[in-house]
Amino acid sequence: MNWINNYVRPKINSLFSRREVPENLWTKCDECGTMLFHRELAHNLNVCTNCDHHMPIRARERLASLFDGGAFTEVPVPEPVADPLHFRDQKKYTDRLKDARRKTGERDAMLVAEGEIRRTPAIVAVQDFSFMGGSMSMYVGNAIVAAATRAVERKLPLVLFSAAGGARMQEGILGLMQMPRTTIAVQMLKEAGLPYIVVLTHPTTGGVTASYAMLGDVQIAEPNALIGFAGARVIEQTIGEKLPEGFQRAEYLLDHGMLDRVTSRIDLADELATIIRMLTGQPAPVKGDLPPPEEPTEIGPAMPPEVPEEPEAAQTK
Amino acid sequence: MTQYLEFEKPIAEIEAKAEELRALAAGEEGTDVLKEASQLDAKAADLLKSLYADLSPWRKCLVARHPQRPHCKDYIDRLFTEYTPLAGDRNFADDHAVMGGLARLDDTPVMVIGHEKGNDTKSRIERNFGMARPEGYRKAIRLMDMADRFGLPVITLVDTPGAYPGKGAEERGQSEAIARSTEKCLDLGVPLISVVIGEGGSGGAVAFATANRVAMLEHSIYSVISPEGCASILWKDAEKMREAAEALRLTAQNLRELGICDKIVKEPLGGAHRDPAAAIDAVGKALKGMLSELGDSDAKALRDGRRRKYLDLGSKGLAA
Repeated sequence: MNWINNYVRPKINSLFSRREVPENLWTKCDECGTMLFHRELAHNLNVCTNCDHHMPIRARERLASLFDGGAFTEVPVPEPVADPLHFRDQKKYTDRLKDARRKTGERDAMLVAEGEIRRTPAIVAVQDFSFMGGSMSMYVGNAIVAAATRAVERKLPLVLFSAAGGARMQEGILGLMQMPRTTIAVQMLKEAGLPYIVVLTHPTTGGVTASYAMLGDVQIAEPNALIGFAGARVIEQTIGEKLPEGFQRAEYLLDHGMLDRVTSRIDLADELATIIRMLTGQPAPVKGDLPPPEEPTEIGPAMPPEVPEEPEAAQTK
Repeated sequence: MTQYLEFEKPIAEIEAKAEELRALAAGEEGTDVLKEASQLDAKAADLLKSLYADLSPWRKCLVARHPQRPHCKDYIDRLFTEYTPLAGDRNFADDHAVMGGLARLDDTPVMVIGHEKGNDTKSRIERNFGMARPEGYRKAIRLMDMADRFGLPVITLVDTPGAYPGKGAEERGQSEAIARSTEKCLDLGVPLISVVIGEGGSGGAVAFATANRVAMLEHSIYSVISPEGCASILWKDAEKMREAAEALRLTAQNLRELGICDKIVKEPLGGAHRDPAAAIDAVGKALKGMLSELGDSDAKALRDGRRRKYLDLGSKGLAA
């Protein structure tokens, strides 16, 4: 083992395999190496209690942590055409999708929900990095359009948590075309005079950063999140020099004027409620964890739902 | 002198031979040698025709990137009059990878904006090979905004490998600049017409090409990622670019089927670089046609139409 194995590999592995070892009651912090008890870590929203390092959090857990009493209603997302390009690399795209669905228990890389944050009603969309790297697919585009449409209908703000490596290559040009599609969703909110708040989480790069993730009225990022357009390796190869320490990290972007704030995950719910309430002329929020609203529409499921049946399962093309 | 692509080698050989024969027969009219030369010419033409009748996606990438392919500046010089370049983003710099300004198409004043790759080593470096920095997108935003206020149609010519991956570009907000440029495209109350004349490279292309009408030259490409980039990520081998080019469906013909491209502009036999004037004139004709289609629409109809086009995308996939 050398320092690369010790330092880089666990970070990469943690993005993909963390949730697959439930019998393991202890998690090692990727940053400081402290052993953290799983319950304590979950209670702290996967933020290391020792060094404040923000570890990945699944989209559904994020929603539960944000909304009062963990209660929310999912906003349905229209299903796009499956595998429109009949894409195949070393593996068929339909097989990759099936694997990702089995592994995550989610339909695709974005969840949309409605609920209350500190008694402040809002629509929240969360990108799920564990689903094919959070990549921007037609489904993700549909989810953002659905989120904006619901926000406009209900006259509610939209909070979007981004996390993706970029557009989904397996959907080719149609993945790329989610840049204009999601930009239209943002315009719908602006025209309706509704706040659009983006929380950039680790990592957010490529076409995602270059569309809806950079168009928020308020731009917040989680500490140390990697945020950029081009990948650091590509840049180093292009310019032929090493990049400075902390390049493309949240704090670096804050320094360069690309963000409004860098905020700890622990404080996010309070901060979002505070900002939304001022932007929409509501009185100051009650802060801290609250029970579910009086008339909860539905308690968000604690476990991911059953993986839906594959309509295209028989397709062998 | 035409630069031949790898797959055009057989044509190059035949044409060279014909040339040799003609040199041999210099001054002697009507000899068998000349006859043979013209037979070779015919053979080369046939071969060219059959090669270009069915170009693979990867070969189309090579044609789209051909160093002698007409670029933005060639189009502006030939198609427009009174071209008046406008420079700078008013914040940081003028990006030479993006050119733009006021011009007349026939008599109609328009705003023309495009990526320029350059045509020799010096100009390629000056133009940064058509890879724009944030300043380029911000200049485009400024020009589009001006066009909107003065009621001028906007024409964008897309030809970029992608946005420039550089340290400064990141620090000055490459992502934000592209996002705002796309947003501005969608906001315009004037017609926005885009022509992909070579490479439509990812976000750098979207920032200009989110248009009411998108035309593509017959052998141009438009893709989420370069075939080489895709191959190195999904195949873990950059040499698999042929497979990647196939899988990405990046040709004008595929994009027409998917509804992203509205019109394919036919290229001269053997690609635009074999007869730049003809290719440019064909684009001019297509531009005028598309402009007149949109001529009577008001600002709201133009904005709504653009939105509809993009929101509806993906409702159908490619035929199996």
